[in-house]
Amino acid sequence: MKQFFAFIRKEFFHVFRDKRTLLIMFGLPVAQIVLFGFALTSEVKDITLTVIDQSHDVNSQQLVSKIKSSSYFVVTEAAPGFNDIAGAFKNGTAKCALIFPANFGSDLQHHGRAPLQIITDGSDPNTAKTVVNYLTAITTAYQQEINPGKPLPYLIIPEPRMLYNEEGNGSLNFIPGVMALVLMIVCTALTSVSVVREKELGTMEILLVSPFQPLMVLIAKAIPYLILSLLNFILILVLAVFVLNVGIKGSIVLLFLESMLFIITCLSFGLMISNTTNSQQTALLLSMMGMMIPTMIFTGFMFPLENMPGVFQVIANVVPSRWYFLIIKAVMLKGLGFKYIWKETLVLLGMTLLLLAIALKNFKTRLS
Amino acid sequence: MAEKVIVCKELTKRFGDFYAVNKISFEVNKGEIFGFLGANGAGKTTAMRILCGLSHPSSGEAQVAGYDVYQQAESIKKNIGYMSQKFSLYENLTVAENIEFFGGVYRVPAAEIEERSDALLQKLGLTGEAKKLVGALPLGWKQKLAFSVAIFHRPRIVFLDEPTGGVDPVTRRQFWDMIYEAAASGITVFVTTHYMDEAEYCDRVTIMVDGKVEALDAPSRLKAQFNANNMDEVFYQLARGAKRSGD
Repeated sequence: MKQFFAFIRKEFFHVFRDKRTLLIMFGLPVAQIVLFGFALTSEVKDITLTVIDQSHDVNSQQLVSKIKSSSYFVVTEAAPGFNDIAGAFKNGTAKCALIFPANFGSDLQHHGRAPLQIITDGSDPNTAKTVVNYLTAITTAYQQEINPGKPLPYLIIPEPRMLYNEEGNGSLNFIPGVMALVLMIVCTALTSVSVVREKELGTMEILLVSPFQPLMVLIAKAIPYLILSLLNFILILVLAVFVLNVGIKGSIVLLFLESMLFIITCLSFGLMISNTTNSQQTALLLSMMGMMIPTMIFTGFMFPLENMPGVFQVIANVVPSRWYFLIIKAVMLKGLGFKYIWKETLVLLGMTLLLLAIALKNFKTRLS
Repeated sequence: MAEKVIVCKELTKRFGDFYAVNKISFEVNKGEIFGFLGANGAGKTTAMRILCGLSHPSSGEAQVAGYDVYQQAESIKKNIGYMSQKFSLYENLTVAENIEFFGGVYRVPAAEIEERSDALLQKLGLTGEAKKLVGALPLGWKQKLAFSVAIFHRPRIVFLDEPTGGVDPVTRRQFWDMIYEAAASGITVFVTTHYMDEAEYCDRVTIMVDGKVEALDAPSRLKAQFNANNMDEVFYQLARGAKRSGD
């Protein structure tokens, strides 16, 4: 045991003296959280809208002022006779245009119906769709307002609610995703370097000649990273809760335990990489560059997995962060208990054992 | 009759149809300084790795410290020290931390570690540098420290793989003084080297050529046998027929 502690101590010294490693370990999560939390938001705000009002009546004025009062649009009213919508899209002065035909108000009052054209910049389809939705919603609301007490016959009014995230806070989906991504990359990358570094420096020979058990070498190498990764997890969680206002609905203990399992999965993966490569560069390239994109895509927080072709959905199943993402979403956002996530937990556990077995098998106790 | 601490019989290591070590046989006595000479690629490092339990032999027999290399590698590991040609200490650990770590790995009791490391630092004149990172020490000091760490747990045999590569002549001389001291205390020293002047310091030397032992005797007797003035000439006579060039 004393032998074991001597080893763990040594590993801690390595980590703390390597400023670059520490920077990756704690800088990356903070940077990612800030980037994903603030820069990469799916909400659409301050859309530039050009209003072309050929009718200039009470109704069109009322509708425009309603649009103006919502926080989503920056409205400019085009000069009479303005016709160059495509030009406005091209030079970026507008993202969408709203066109009232000449007899908008009178048609509405006399015929009970009036057309209204919305033109959006389809080169950005996501924003375009959101804009249409917003404008439709505002129009529908206005419609009901001018018809008080006499609801239109057979009118179906959808009343959508976003359960678990009523305000449409984009961080809610990103945070679990970023947690999965960051833990996956950081844990894997750091451990992947740890064994291979000793091979490169030549100190591995010394360890192999010593009576220290190979299995113990692996465990002792993983423990400091496990502790640091748990601290890292807490840091991310604190940032999420206090900076990005993402509440934790479920049990914190469960969240912590599941995260620990996931961290161990990643550490095993890192050890496996470390034992199968021969240079720190290869190991780092494999674990950071090689893992970053697949993890981002297949975790499912940026692009829904359900929309991917079948082959990719199958591939996604072998990415550990995908399962962890499901777990923390369930616990953090929906407040679910263990009985709803035991399957995902089992998958992670299985992966961990498999990765550890491969890592151990490839740990060369002899040089040739 | 001296106690035999290393016994090899027809020891062979084959990689495919390449015989890195080809049926070598020799015995090493307790407390002896046993030199292992050969050009690059002659097979000396491979042979040494087999004896340390880092590599399995293909055939032949070998016992180290009375234990069989096939069956009892773990027991061998407890009884040997090893210093490789690559640097054997952790550069980003301090002098004291390195000593503590290796003491811990070899299960030296904590009180002993403290006592012995104090004595060691004093002897090496490194007491003032105990808290310095090893990476900041000059190479000569690192090598002397590495040797001291390799024998810190008082092994029965210490294997040194080209320990003085790149070290200046004065430090090499001091390094050999340390080797003599270790041998006098009963530790058997098994050392590979390129330097022929160092071969003269050994009690007995083995010269390997193309995986085989071509000569084995005390330096003085080898010189007489090959009618040479120094070990350099002996080595040259034996090694010029080598088919394998450097690796």
